[in-house]
Amino acid sequence: MMHEHGILRHAAQRLLGVLPTMLLLITVVFFLVRVAPGGPFDSEKALPPEIQANLEAKYHLDEPLIQQYFRYLGQILVLDFGPSFQYKDWTVNELIAEGFPVSLTVGGLAMVLAFLVGTMIGITAAMKQNTPVDYSTMGFAMLGISIPNFVVAPLLILVFAVYAGWLPAGGWDWSVQRMVLPVITLALPMIAYVARLTRGSMIEVLHSNFIRTARAKGLPEKTVIRRHALKPAMLPVISFMGPATAGLITGSVVIERIYAIPGLGSYFVTGALNRDYTLVMGVVIFYGLLIILLNFIVDLLYAWLNPKIRYDEEY
Amino acid sequence: MNLLDVKNLTVSFDTPDGQVHAVSGIDFTLEEGDALAIVGESGSGKTQTVMALMGLLAENGTASGNAWFRGEDLMAMDAQELNRHRGTDIAMIFQDPMTSLNPYLNIEKQMTEVLMHHQDLSHREATEHAIEMLRAVRIPDPEQRIRQYPHEFSGGMRQRVMVAMGLLCEPDILIADEPTTALDVTVQAQISQLMAELRRQSRTAIVLITHDLGVVAGLCDRVLVMYAGEVVEYGTVEQIYYSPQHPYTQGLLDSVPRLDDVEDQSLHAIPGNPPNLLSLPKGCSFRSRCSKAFDACREKPALTELEGGQLARCHLVNRS
Repeated sequence: MMHEHGILRHAAQRLLGVLPTMLLLITVVFFLVRVAPGGPFDSEKALPPEIQANLEAKYHLDEPLIQQYFRYLGQILVLDFGPSFQYKDWTVNELIAEGFPVSLTVGGLAMVLAFLVGTMIGITAAMKQNTPVDYSTMGFAMLGISIPNFVVAPLLILVFAVYAGWLPAGGWDWSVQRMVLPVITLALPMIAYVARLTRGSMIEVLHSNFIRTARAKGLPEKTVIRRHALKPAMLPVISFMGPATAGLITGSVVIERIYAIPGLGSYFVTGALNRDYTLVMGVVIFYGLLIILLNFIVDLLYAWLNPKIRYDEEY
Repeated sequence: MNLLDVKNLTVSFDTPDGQVHAVSGIDFTLEEGDALAIVGESGSGKTQTVMALMGLLAENGTASGNAWFRGEDLMAMDAQELNRHRGTDIAMIFQDPMTSLNPYLNIEKQMTEVLMHHQDLSHREATEHAIEMLRAVRIPDPEQRIRQYPHEFSGGMRQRVMVAMGLLCEPDILIADEPTTALDVTVQAQISQLMAELRRQSRTAIVLITHDLGVVAGLCDRVLVMYAGEVVEYGTVEQIYYSPQHPYTQGLLDSVPRLDDVEDQSLHAIPGNPPNLLSLPKGCSFRSRCSKAFDACREKPALTELEGGQLARCHLVNRS
């Protein structure tokens, strides 16, 4: 049995495969932001041509595009995303270092909450399939998926901050009170989604032959679920969680705006609107890396959960 | 007292098209060490009969009747009470060894959990016992193999694991639902030989569900023939094989291909299909397919006792 070795080898292979993906991503983003009309230093009041020329020279925008492209690639190799064009005196690295921990905290907590609560609701609904419990929880889940964030957030603020006064309406100081509402707002639709996913896959697993075998062994239903059904039922949930987590921890623009949270999401949008080339590219590449990393983690989890995918030579 | 006494067992399923009567009132008994075969076509209710006994019917299924196991009625038990017997007093082997083992757990976990749950053995004792059992069903290298996952076993090996798992707690009854159907012929023979051997060694009674009359002859002493959810004939293996009374049983025996008869190379089949279980015909349910049907078959025949305890549900046995 070469499981551990097989997984390591698989990991190395996967990491090598990341390089062409990233190169393609960088290339597409680089040329796409350049194709967009307008530039970082366009404003309503036209700058004197000398200043414009100076600015462009400073940021190497006067060079041929292809030269800029290779210059940028060289920077990326040493993980330097360059200076921001709009946030003067800030590098993109600094902006990401500033915003990401906040987004990671809010998004990460929301994801953990969504996973725990969502799977519990899903399993309960599956075990009580086609009963009022099932129908009502799945009804609420459907509601949770269909109501958008920007409706839920003001409602929560209205109830818990304005009327009840238990929690602050917004702002950020790394305190738990200020995290509660944004985390819940982010988590709600995820809880609903995870619950529906869990219910569906759990019901499917509970109808499989090996569950019948487990019941025929005289094991209590709890053991049947925990020991026999949980692992396979979690597989689709885990493959959903990977990319979903990447989406949440890179910041939700809407949530960050409503709760006035200094996360990564707002940089992304303002960067794109201002043609802040380096910031947009930096955030996109960072996001790409995160997605790849999270998918990789999902892969490893899969291998751990499913003995059939152990990346041995034989398979 | 009989080991198992099944009385008037009925199984039906609620479907969008109406009530499906899978089993309509069957009786049978089982003594210690008995080997009973339940034979019949697909859909004759043989599998649902034992599923009802094990409390494993699908959610839309309901069962009624009695099944006295050592004086306790299995049919009156809820899942919790049934769990005192399932897997320990009554074990079951399923048709498809490819999907009946949990692909996400290794064999050791799947085998030891039975012992640890029912007999309170420690994990080490349970593992030792499981290895012994794997050796008994002739799985080579059981100490190594027990740590492997189902996908690392062939179909025949998996069915051996299922047999070993079923026998872990030395059950009084082992129910085998078409244990060899999904396997190729040589492996079929090995598995049925294995079961015959294990039966000789222990006092375990076997209920074998099959449509393979060849397997029956090698393993069982009594045969219950089911058709459309009813018992149509019952007798010892000799009675059923040498003097089948019901035309359906005769048809089943005729459709076993004969390799020794050079003259007759054709394959015999019973014409037609089993009746729709949503609306069973009045009278004898086999009438429409029976070459010997006559006027009296419009009335439902009763199960009639013949010489030597043989039972048959056919008007012909009364006429002669």
